[in-house]
Amino acid sequence: MGADLVQSLLRRPAGLVSAILLLLLYGAALFAPFLAPTVPSAQDLNRTYHPPTALVWQEGRLCVRLYRLVDPSTATYEPLAGQAAHLRWFSEGAAYKLFGIIPAKTHLFTVEPPAVVYLLGSDATGRDVFTRLLYGSGISLGIGLVGVFLTSLLGLTIGGLAGYLGGWADSLAMRFTEFLMAVPGLYLLLALRAALSSRFPSDATFLLIVVILSALGWAGTARVVRGLVLSLRERPFILAANILGQRPTVILFRHLLPNTFSYLVVAATLSVPGYILGEAALSFLGLGIQEPSSSWGLMLGQAQDIKIFMLNFWWLLTPGAAIILTVIAFNLLGDALRDAVDPRFRLPGR
Amino acid sequence: MTAFILRRLGTLVPMLLAVTLLVFALMSLAPGDFLTPVKAQRDINPALIAELQKSFGLDRPWYEQYLRWLGNIVRLDFGYSWTYKVPVAELIAQRAPATILLSLCSLALAWGLAIPLAVLAAARPGSWIDRLTSSAAYFALAIPEFFLALLAVWFAAQTGWFPIGGLTSLDHDFLPLGARFLDVAWHLILPTLVLGLGGVAGTLRVLRANVLDVLRAEYVTAARAKGLPEKIVLFRHVLRNALNPLLSTVGYAFAGLLSGSLLVENVMNYPGLGRLVYEAFIREDQFVVLGSVMVGCTLLVIGNLISDLALAWSDPRVRYGR
Repeated sequence: MGADLVQSLLRRPAGLVSAILLLLLYGAALFAPFLAPTVPSAQDLNRTYHPPTALVWQEGRLCVRLYRLVDPSTATYEPLAGQAAHLRWFSEGAAYKLFGIIPAKTHLFTVEPPAVVYLLGSDATGRDVFTRLLYGSGISLGIGLVGVFLTSLLGLTIGGLAGYLGGWADSLAMRFTEFLMAVPGLYLLLALRAALSSRFPSDATFLLIVVILSALGWAGTARVVRGLVLSLRERPFILAANILGQRPTVILFRHLLPNTFSYLVVAATLSVPGYILGEAALSFLGLGIQEPSSSWGLMLGQAQDIKIFMLNFWWLLTPGAAIILTVIAFNLLGDALRDAVDPRFRLPGR
Repeated sequence: MTAFILRRLGTLVPMLLAVTLLVFALMSLAPGDFLTPVKAQRDINPALIAELQKSFGLDRPWYEQYLRWLGNIVRLDFGYSWTYKVPVAELIAQRAPATILLSLCSLALAWGLAIPLAVLAAARPGSWIDRLTSSAAYFALAIPEFFLALLAVWFAAQTGWFPIGGLTSLDHDFLPLGARFLDVAWHLILPTLVLGLGGVAGTLRVLRANVLDVLRAEYVTAARAKGLPEKIVLFRHVLRNALNPLLSTVGYAFAGLLSGSLLVENVMNYPGLGRLVYEAFIREDQFVVLGSVMVGCTLLVIGNLISDLALAWSDPRVRYGR
């Protein structure tokens, strides 16, 4: 399945575009410390709510405009005419650890201090929004992948067992999934978050959120896997395996579950956005990722200040654009995957 | 039919028991309680705290608290809010109408906009209107509701055309009846748009696929063959059949609206159930949380029931009660 699937996926324009987009996004998340001009915790209280610095071509080099604070009470900045600072490529700046282990100092671009480069402006404490967006992408995008992996594992096991065993195990599992799907999700999310927060140290919030989202998300997958297993169970090849005297566990794990994989791959891709949005919603409410870490939801949560709306600090809303872009990319990839796996294949309930 | 309705309402009881038990247990597992911020103050007499703890029942193990609460529920006593010092029933009665109003408006928007658009789009697949609505729906489904709410507040603040939040103006109580109505409607526009947009997009996608499916049916060919105008074929024969699968999902759409309104209400400062339950969760105001969760689940079950009844009404082939 593997190589063929990738080929037929990349032949579709939507598949190719979304695959490239996602590679870029995850690449940016992986190399965030290198791509960012500074570190996410670097504050500058003299430059709060700084607008995005304009890039200009000057003396044959790419430069950033310099700004002067005109009115601190409304955070009005005004570009200094004709003044600019060179962008230094592959220059040394704030120390960081690449992939969390390799110590390094080289950044893709910086400017000579005291000048600053704010590609997407600065926030209430003068931190670079672009840098925080890059660092936050690791958490936001990572939660999508890890969450979907956990959910698929849970859904596959529970749904597979329920469908294969039938009887009371089946009805127990199904009643439970119905219950999970019937309760308004955010209520349970809030309750789970309150109960579990003490079980995890504060720096493991990432893990906590993944566990919460997976605990609520596996129901749909389990139901569909169960349905698939129920219909597969009656196929001749399973009958043959039964007659050959294979053990039930072998039948379940070697013959039944692998046949649900194509569904699972598509469903998993299409449900990644749910996890990204779930993390964003939790962090937005202040219940997810905490300072000093950054995530897209947290950044949007901090942008809920009337000052920001009245004075039009639009750049603080850019994490929302990043979320939309990612969600669209995953949806496109999922749709293209579905077409590639089987053109006639229709996901139930979509 | 009555038996069916009664049986469905009967499922409400075990569900409410399970949900409240789960939420209560989870909240009790969480460290701290409503009195934690009070205990943190230095100049408070420990005797007073002990007394408060006793009067709130917080000195008992959680299952005993739950059973006591359950006993009161049977007597229709929902407890009182520790934060607001008023009965929970009163508090919820104040807040629930706003959320129901918002959800119904969003649902009306979703259906009112999506139905004609979906039929138009599916009538000519591949036309500009089809491509436009499909890509717009694709985009709309990718926008998180809370981000849309932020954008709406930003829009309101920048243009001044709409109120920034709330459900009523400051002088609402002094306005004549007609003006009060307009005032609420004016405040509702942005939250409805924010909450309804996702619904429009979702309904549009499902309905378009359904209409395309139904268009291939033989009775559609028959209707065309006997010379019915295309408009009547589309809206009387096709739409009615295409709506059926959608009707059965209204209940779940309601669940989504309840969750969605929690976020939207918090961003847009809308005085509904969502904000109440969020604030109660944060302050660990137990009885308010339990009461709101119960109301939310009840609304959900009723929404599901109504959608099943609507399905039976629109499709004579569907029969319940057997």
